[in-house]
Amino acid sequence: MATLARLQARLPGLREECFRRNRSVDEHRKKEYKAAVKIQSWFRGCRVRAYIRYLNNMIIIIQKWWRGYQGRRYFRKMVETAYFIMKMNFYNEMAVRIQKRWRGYYVRKYTHNYYALKKYLEAISVNNEIVRKELNEYAEMKEKEKKKKDLEKKEKEKEHQARKMHYLLSTEQIAGIYNSPFSKSPDPMELLLRKSKPLSHSQQPAKNHLICELCDWSNCTRSPTFPAAQPLPPIGRQKPQGPFRDTAEVLRQRYKPLEPTLRVAASINSLEKAREEIKREEWRNRVHDNEFLPFSSYHKNEKYDPSIHRSGKYGQETYGVKHFREVQPKKWIADKDFQTVLPSIVLFERFGKTYSRTGQIV
Amino acid sequence: MSQRQVLQGVMALLRPLLLDVVPTIQQTAALALGRLANYNDELAEAVVKGDILPQLVCSLSEQNRFYKKAAAFVLRAVGKHSPQLAQAIVQCGALETLVICLEDFDPGVKEAAAWALGYIARHNSELSQAVVDAGAVPLLVLCIQEPEIALKRIAASTLSDISKHSPELAQTVVDAGAIAHLAQMILNPDAKLKRQVLSALSQIAKHSVDLAELVVEAEIFPVVLTCLKDSDEYVKKNGATLTREIAKHTPELSQLIVNAGGVAAVIDCIGSCRGTVRLPGIMMLGYVAAHSENLSMAVIVSKGIPPLCTCLIEENEDHIKAAAAWALGQVGRHTPEHARAVAVANVLPTLLSMYMDTHSSEDLQVKAKKALKNILQKCTYLPALEPLLHDAPPNILKHIVGQFSKVLPHDSKARRLFVTTGGLKKVQEIKAEPGSLLQEYINTINNCYPEEIVRYYSPGYSEILLERVENYHPVL
Repeated sequence: MATLARLQARLPGLREECFRRNRSVDEHRKKEYKAAVKIQSWFRGCRVRAYIRYLNNMIIIIQKWWRGYQGRRYFRKMVETAYFIMKMNFYNEMAVRIQKRWRGYYVRKYTHNYYALKKYLEAISVNNEIVRKELNEYAEMKEKEKKKKDLEKKEKEKEHQARKMHYLLSTEQIAGIYNSPFSKSPDPMELLLRKSKPLSHSQQPAKNHLICELCDWSNCTRSPTFPAAQPLPPIGRQKPQGPFRDTAEVLRQRYKPLEPTLRVAASINSLEKAREEIKREEWRNRVHDNEFLPFSSYHKNEKYDPSIHRSGKYGQETYGVKHFREVQPKKWIADKDFQTVLPSIVLFERFGKTYSRTGQIV
Repeated sequence: MSQRQVLQGVMALLRPLLLDVVPTIQQTAALALGRLANYNDELAEAVVKGDILPQLVCSLSEQNRFYKKAAAFVLRAVGKHSPQLAQAIVQCGALETLVICLEDFDPGVKEAAAWALGYIARHNSELSQAVVDAGAVPLLVLCIQEPEIALKRIAASTLSDISKHSPELAQTVVDAGAIAHLAQMILNPDAKLKRQVLSALSQIAKHSVDLAELVVEAEIFPVVLTCLKDSDEYVKKNGATLTREIAKHTPELSQLIVNAGGVAAVIDCIGSCRGTVRLPGIMMLGYVAAHSENLSMAVIVSKGIPPLCTCLIEENEDHIKAAAAWALGQVGRHTPEHARAVAVANVLPTLLSMYMDTHSSEDLQVKAKKALKNILQKCTYLPALEPLLHDAPPNILKHIVGQFSKVLPHDSKARRLFVTTGGLKKVQEIKAEPGSLLQEYINTINNCYPEEIVRYYSPGYSEILLERVENYHPVL
């Protein structure tokens, strides 16, 4: 009990002491608390920083390895492409060499073939000779024809002259001009005169008329002339007794040929007649007389009646409608149609067009 | 002027006669007007001013064939003088009536109408177009098929006049199917018809490659070559014109003509004619040779150069000489072989003299110079170049010396010949500016020879030697 009392006596002092101690501790507690917190935080920071540093180093190692790996891969790729390009250049070089030789050979042998050119030129000379010969022959033939025509014309003229001058024929008593008694044989004209029949003036040569008509009508240089033939009176008729007119005059008047004027030569209604003629011919040749009407509603009600050819009971024939030529596609050799091409020297055309273009480099 | 008054008086008198009752009087009055207008263009103008044309045109459709012929004659006579008169005819509506006349039965009427249309279409392309618009071309093609020769001639000449102005007009004529009929008529023996037909075909072919190919497809070769041997000069000329118009377009067409032997025929034709008739043949050879060196070699092989040289020398007219010079230039300009063939014919001095001659026309001088230059730039045949050294002016001399400088370094015989013929001496005498091309060539030539020879031939060498004699102190 004494202790208890003693303790109880000490109690308020204890209480105070306790309070004092707690109070002092309390005063410093905040400060100490803050200090402790600071120290701890610093330490934790150090720890974390060390950890992070450690992580960083690890990461660097990983990244280093990874980048090395990537770099090596890239390098390998680069090496591969460089190698490829080197190989391709080499191949191209070699290919160029081969192609150079081949092109030179080909051009020299086929396109600019010296011997083919020579042969072609020789062929041209030969062809020219042939053409020249043929043309000369043709020209000679024409010359001969012309000469023959001239000769014939001269002959005809001579004969015509002889016929006109038949009265110059020599008789037994009187020697004619062409049969001089001092010459040994008569002139060729004399012989012609003997052969020819005397010309009668009633028939005028109508042929010359036609030939000169064409050019003169077109030039309108020749005015329309009237034939002015005068028949001779008959020989050896005695003059009839009596108050008769001169025979020649009478005959002239009686047998005066008809001289139609321009107006009469062509009938006034020749134009109309010709028009009628044409109309008649057209009417004759027409298939039907229906007028050709314009495409208007007039035709709506009319039914189309096909011709006999198209309305057969075996159906419409396609020949004449769908095709105009008989074709047999099974007999054809190729699918393409004929192509008209001007003939030319095929060899010389192939220069520059003989190769494909796939050899070009990237 | 009293003549004009007389003219007006005459027109005033003739005009009422056209309306006379009697048809013969009308026809004779029309004939008189036609002959007056035919004579000179003042009278034709008086006819137009006297308002006679509308009257004529109206009555053309009704009257009979003699009147139609006479009226068409009047229109032709008026239209031939000048484009303005032809325009006046077109404006009074004569074209339609003339085209109706083309359908008439009488060949004389058709001929007169076709002739009138031809003279109208001749002047320029607008009038031609007017004629074509009136629908004349198909009727003309029908006229060509008629049997009368005069009508064929006139129709062919009208088609030629229509198609000569422009490619479209030529195409219109071709579309009417004219080429086939014209090609058939080449074989006709009548010379004047052949002239017109060949002229028509050449006017069609001259415009473009397609038209020329169409003409060729009508199979005119080798028939046309017989025309080149005809006795009529103008048939030959027109035949040569046709081949020229075809050959000038493309190398393939020229090749076709060469393969058919056309070059030989044209060369013979040139040899046998004189004067302007030769000109188309010469130009044809020039065109063929210009296309490629193979064709040029073909011309040389067909012995084309001697006729060209004779043309150059013989002819008096400058334009023919110019054409011959141009053709020779085209033949010789391709390779040294060609130039050699031309040089061997001894034609270079002639060309040079033509270039230097002051009397020759400018065109001739230009062409001669060009031909000379072209040939010289490829010529390696030295004997032909020697004579030119002495006379040539500096601009030509440069080419000649250039050629020598190319050949001499490689050929020792040529060098010897060059010295002996006095060429080296001449080269030393040439004064050239230092640094110019001529000086370089001269240096090249001098380098081919040893020093002594060059000094020996240089001008004034004797002076130098004499000076050395003077300055020499004899050693006693």
